[in-house]
Amino acid sequence: MATQVKKTPQQNAVTEKMTLIQAINDGMKTVLENDQMTLILGEDVGKNGGVFRATDGLQEQFGEDRVVDTPLSESGIIGTSVGLAVNGFKPIAEIQFMGFIYPAYDQIMTHVSRLRMKTMGHFSVPMVIRAPYGAGVRAPEVHSDSAEVLFTHMPGLKVVCPATPHDAKGLLIAAVEDPDPVLYLEPMRSYRSTKEEVPVDSYSIEIGKGNIRKEGNDVTVIAWGAMIPTVEKAVQQIERNGVSCEVIDLRTLYPLDRNIIAESVQKTGRAVVVHEAHATSGLGNDIVSVINDTSFLYLKAPIERVTGFDVPVPFFALEEHYLPTPKRVQIAIEKVVHF
Amino acid sequence: MENNFPILKIMDDQGNLLEESYREKLDKQLVYQFYYHMCRIRTFDQKAKNLQRQGRIGTYPPFEGQEAAQVGSALALGPNDWMFPTYRDHGAMLTFGSDMIRTFLYWNGRVEGCVPPNGKNIFPAAVPIATQLPHAAGAAWAEKRKGTNNVSIVYFGDGATSEGDFHEGLNFASVFQTPTIFFNQNNRYAISVPFDKQMNSKTIAQKAIAYEIPSVRIDGNDCFSVYFETKKAVERARNGEGPTLIEAVTWRTGAHTTADDPTKYRPQDQGKDIVEPITRLERFMKNYGFWNEAEITQMKMNIEEEVEAAVKGMEEYPKAKVEDLFDHVYANPPKQLQEQKDTYLELLRRE
Repeated sequence: MATQVKKTPQQNAVTEKMTLIQAINDGMKTVLENDQMTLILGEDVGKNGGVFRATDGLQEQFGEDRVVDTPLSESGIIGTSVGLAVNGFKPIAEIQFMGFIYPAYDQIMTHVSRLRMKTMGHFSVPMVIRAPYGAGVRAPEVHSDSAEVLFTHMPGLKVVCPATPHDAKGLLIAAVEDPDPVLYLEPMRSYRSTKEEVPVDSYSIEIGKGNIRKEGNDVTVIAWGAMIPTVEKAVQQIERNGVSCEVIDLRTLYPLDRNIIAESVQKTGRAVVVHEAHATSGLGNDIVSVINDTSFLYLKAPIERVTGFDVPVPFFALEEHYLPTPKRVQIAIEKVVHF
Repeated sequence: MENNFPILKIMDDQGNLLEESYREKLDKQLVYQFYYHMCRIRTFDQKAKNLQRQGRIGTYPPFEGQEAAQVGSALALGPNDWMFPTYRDHGAMLTFGSDMIRTFLYWNGRVEGCVPPNGKNIFPAAVPIATQLPHAAGAAWAEKRKGTNNVSIVYFGDGATSEGDFHEGLNFASVFQTPTIFFNQNNRYAISVPFDKQMNSKTIAQKAIAYEIPSVRIDGNDCFSVYFETKKAVERARNGEGPTLIEAVTWRTGAHTTADDPTKYRPQDQGKDIVEPITRLERFMKNYGFWNEAEITQMKMNIEEEVEAAVKGMEEYPKAKVEDLFDHVYANPPKQLQEQKDTYLELLRRE
């Protein structure tokens, strides 16, 4: 089965160089243009264009009725989005920082994720919840959480997390088109770090499909979002020593792309999983389970995980010690290669 | 509703007393206390903004324009009372007794900034919105259960009234009649969202009616009305008469934080007619014969020195220890956490 399954746009598609946040903005603009039932709501998303400028210019273009500044109430934003969604609209709700999502947890856990199930499909909640996540930008406390597993552990919800501008736009459009609720996590550290060519037209990246960022033979390194640049730095360094690494960007955290993981690990026989969330109950453990279930007899070494520690995400003076570093990734790769 | 909650004011914009009865309550010592603390926290605030621009601290949320609200309310407290501030209330915290070096450290990404001086009941500034209101009701409830007459004060902005915790905190305080002062600084913007888009009600004070809590709406830039109204609420709380909600109407002269650009959402001339609190107090001092140039020059020099020394203290403070990442999460760290720490420290030693 092919592993490169992303739906690529037409060869001659018109593209523009965009940062990740510009691609998110462009993705929202595209869906607002194409689907009159979509609307954006959140704190400071309208006149201010979002605290990161993700929604910059959208209220001007689409009006206050479709790009709505809400009261300061995350539970209210998600709760009213449920009502809008069951009654014909497609809300794209912004939670300003992932660390601010907790007041809305009740709504997401008890209603967003379960409504389809408990009404046998009579009601569904086709909505997108966008949230910037992660540490490394010297933000004040609680602004740097990486709490994806609270939401992957929530049947009924899908969770995606792009690492690149191209994937950001494609996944956003796919999330809006999806019949079920999708949590769309944005690596804030990567918002403006690189630019790449992004098609100006609408296209989507299939939810549930990872991407091989780089092919290699000796070890599979699995990551997503803001950890992709960290992994790539480590890989660049280690390949000088003749170790060939395959890098998988999962892109979707639920449902996991089991095939892309299994095929790669069956080829390399070794795996390292990297994420910035805490180790205990981290998504890395599920990825280890996928490998165990599909590829145990192919393994040449125990799987290594490089993660944030089991401590609250620290204030920024110590955040560089919390986050996985290229050095720690490199040590893990060496460990599995020289097992 | 606006008519039911007129903005109470003791001193007008020109620094004239509107109620002469307050004249005798305002002795030189008290007036100079207001002036000293307002100048002190303003100097701190301006220094913090400059340090952020120079990259010497992280993102910082200025409170300029809100000095009267923060100083007036903090001075109305007793030494054993509890304070539950937000991230924009370091002025109130400093006035109530927070350490200035540690306050700078907080904005430099250091948990040391959340540790109050021994014996001061100052909670860490809340970054999540409105979450501190139930805490304040709980701490005051504890004081009541212990039979003391200590009270708690909790600060929050206009935007916070949209969160569930605002209503839950008020309701608990009302049901259990806790000695709590809910001190709202209505600075009219929650980041970019103006008051009239935040709520359809005309005042915040009126929200207390639903909880049978007495409330008052005051001019938050008038340090006297802040002080005397907070004092009344504190006295009621100490006498077992339960909570009060105070809406102090004020104005954030600057940005939400150093990462924010208010020209994106605030009309240029908005707020220009508002007399900021220090100017207003200066006018009063001159009008009523309190102004002593020499004394004030000396006072400002002392403040400058204190703030400079605190910056130095922050920058010379021992570097954050990696061990602190692990050591304060549990009273007795689980073995697996100890192992994570040991492995990481070993890696750092090898580097």
